[in-house]
Amino acid sequence: MAVEKFAVEASHIMMFARSIGDDNPIYYDADHAEGTEPGSVIAPPTFAQASAQFDPDYGLRPKIDGDGWFGSGGKPSGAKPREGSGGGGGGGGGGGGLHAEQRFIYHRHLKPGDVLSATGRPGETWEKQGRRSGKLVFSESITEYRDQNGDLVITAIGVGVRTERPVDQG
Amino acid sequence: MALQASELNVGDTYTERLVEDLKRTQIVMYAGASGDYNPVHTDEVFTKEVAGYPSVFAHGMLTMGMTGKMVTNYVGDGRLTEYGVRFTSQVFPGDTLDATATVVGVTNGIVDLDISTVNQNGVEVLKGSAKARVD
Repeated sequence: MAVEKFAVEASHIMMFARSIGDDNPIYYDADHAEGTEPGSVIAPPTFAQASAQFDPDYGLRPKIDGDGWFGSGGKPSGAKPREGSGGGGGGGGGGGGLHAEQRFIYHRHLKPGDVLSATGRPGETWEKQGRRSGKLVFSESITEYRDQNGDLVITAIGVGVRTERPVDQG
Repeated sequence: MALQASELNVGDTYTERLVEDLKRTQIVMYAGASGDYNPVHTDEVFTKEVAGYPSVFAHGMLTMGMTGKMVTNYVGDGRLTEYGVRFTSQVFPGDTLDATATVVGVTNGIVDLDISTVNQNGVEVLKGSAKARVD
């Protein structure tokens, strides 16, 4: 994923923390955060994933002026998510893409006021025969997040998997 | 707040309940906050009739995010240096998740943890590791 400008904002961190059910005040209360070791509000460990909001080509966000909103409308099918940069996952219909693995290396933790840029590069690709979903094709992508000073702050390694068919349940 | 290296032993565990009876609303909240609007997470009609799954299911990253709460509550704010997971099974609405960190080593001021999250049936949905600075 390539992102030119990902401004880390306090309200976005608060909403992200709420969505993962984390009510730690370090994620929303600046007065509390001042008295903690980090000394300011920081972002939860997986927050960098929300850089998708700032990726102009992110495939899992409906484009207002593009193919329209995806998912069901008058008919169940609607439009499907686009191919393209889909974070670690992607796809969605039939035997689509799923997120298989994710790893973050923290050089420091993100805080409001940071302005990040991210560059991505493909990693390894490998195949495996799955018991519940047919042939599996794994592909790795490495994203480096740098701050406003050009310093590397987070390295993210994602692995997406494309399945031959939907994963059997049970 | 932070862990003391001298008080940690290999095999120590820390467990937290992450969520009880996961609601679709929380998955929708995560879609909005993260920006991942794949309809398999939020659109029951599409997911059942087009994608071929029994129901919408949680983003892997929601499970990783919820599990991260357990990890940071254990190691302290801003202490994490590495956190990686594999998504081993899907998480569906109605699931109740418990996450456990197990100390596998302490060297040079860094604790190594194994991470595991299981659902109400004992099925592991996430498996991973983390490293954090300790005092």
